[in-house]
Amino acid sequence: MKILNIIKTLTLIDLLKGLKVTLKNFFKPKITVQYPEVKTPISNRFRGKLALMKYENGEERCIACKLCSAVCPANAISIDSEESEDGTRRTTRFDIDAFKCVYCGFCEEACPVDAIVETDIFEYHMTENHQRLQTKEMLLQLGDDYREKIVRKKEKDHHYK
Amino acid sequence: MADSDNLTLNFGPQHPAAHGVLRLIMEMDGEVVHRIDPHVGLLHRGTEKLAETKPYNHSIGYMDRLDYISMMCCEHAYVLAIEKLLDVQPPIRAQYIRVMFDEITRILNHLLWLGCHGLDIGAMALFLYCFREREDLMDCYEAVSGSRMHATYYRPGGVYRDLPEEMPKYKANRFISKSKVKKLNYNREGTLLDFIADFTERFPSKVDEYEALLTDNRIWKQRTVNIGVVEPERAIELGFTGPMLRGSGVEWDLRRKEPYEVYDLLDFKIPIGLNGDCYDRYLVRVEEMRQSNLIIQQCVAWLNKNPGPVIIEDNKLTPPKRALMKHDMESLIYHFKLFSEGYSVPEGEIYCPVESPKGEFGVYIVSDGANKPYRLKVRAPSFAHLAAINEMVKGHMLADVVSVLGTLDLVFGELDR
Repeated sequence: MKILNIIKTLTLIDLLKGLKVTLKNFFKPKITVQYPEVKTPISNRFRGKLALMKYENGEERCIACKLCSAVCPANAISIDSEESEDGTRRTTRFDIDAFKCVYCGFCEEACPVDAIVETDIFEYHMTENHQRLQTKEMLLQLGDDYREKIVRKKEKDHHYK
Repeated sequence: MADSDNLTLNFGPQHPAAHGVLRLIMEMDGEVVHRIDPHVGLLHRGTEKLAETKPYNHSIGYMDRLDYISMMCCEHAYVLAIEKLLDVQPPIRAQYIRVMFDEITRILNHLLWLGCHGLDIGAMALFLYCFREREDLMDCYEAVSGSRMHATYYRPGGVYRDLPEEMPKYKANRFISKSKVKKLNYNREGTLLDFIADFTERFPSKVDEYEALLTDNRIWKQRTVNIGVVEPERAIELGFTGPMLRGSGVEWDLRRKEPYEVYDLLDFKIPIGLNGDCYDRYLVRVEEMRQSNLIIQQCVAWLNKNPGPVIIEDNKLTPPKRALMKHDMESLIYHFKLFSEGYSVPEGEIYCPVESPKGEFGVYIVSDGANKPYRLKVRAPSFAHLAAINEMVKGHMLADVVSVLGTLDLVFGELDR
């Protein structure tokens, strides 16, 4: 037993075993992808930047029921509402504070008219502090710009909800 | 010879080996540590107080952020506590899903621990390999909940949504060829369960790789064997739980001793150590990864065969189906009531622990019958473990402090709360 131990110590067998693993992995294909060009897959349930949606005819979906701001654990959503010219209830202010939002997805779960949605945008930046406030116009614009993508994503996940 | 005073050395809070924002005041005699005084509280965010001001469901997301390495286990304790107070039982499929994700979380946690502990002591390659496997598990998290870390997936009464039928796939573009994408997508063709099943088949050989790198390695052994020894009796006195306690040779695991969910139906072993040193705790954690892998396999087999509901249909507690809510007035009323006011939990108090990867993670709730907890207390395993650091490193060298810190598996999110 003692001789065996001495042989093991002198031949560095334990270290060589480890080096074999690292050498094998050195030649294996890597899982790294070249990020800005190639992206890792994004699930249909991904919770990214929030957006506001419209109906097909261009009418706003949001009816200012304020469920999203009530359910938001971080109090990131602030809403003011007023009766519009056609007698419907509409928001006059719909601000989301990007610094407060924790991307929990409760607002989307709560929205009875599918107005507020989670997109799969996760890359965005701001250069000034005040830009963290996403106004209603910005959110609606985002919903318009990515409409097709968002609809496709939501349709695929619809029957689980 | 001139008398030399002990040197007081400040370690952290901005130290890469301090695993976050730990500050240690060390009294050194040369390179030997005489006394260590951990200063905690630098990541205190007042989660417990915050939870008192919000309806029950709002705090699920905050539980993720306590132990941000084992997210779903923390949610699990919170959700279980509410369920016990309400006296509801989630559907069996939801229980299996929860157990499966608890074990995925355990592997996630131990992989990160192994990688970082290795890195602290000097094994660089291991860190990269561990994160390679973590990536797949993170994808499972994302596929099921939509978030790679802070899942907010468990709900009182079950889980939010059923497991998805398809996995997201890599897409070819001019920077990546179709054949390469096909290779990357080989395990993403089926359902999420197929993806997990494929992972569980590959994983044991990966653990063998980690073990080939470390278990017999003389440097690893020199750094961990007989460092930070804790006797079994002392470990119990100190309030150790989880791998820290099992490393000392005490067979204590809440999954076995007080089975919650479906753990009593599953077949797995509890690994225990002999000497209670850093090396034994390493062995225990590696073996736990293998056992978790077995549990996941059993869950996948069961879930594949047994479709069914994943959340109870009690509209006082869980929202009605979306399709129903759009057409049915009563469902809409339930929907509004639930998302604006939440649900009230009967008066009483409850302590509900789960076996999180770090040890016993418990949530204590006092309810006064309102829709928010009167008091919420989190029992964090890391806190008890860190409290023992003075005892564990006394008389060791400065370099061993890093070994012991690593073996404690501290996460400051839950320690400071």
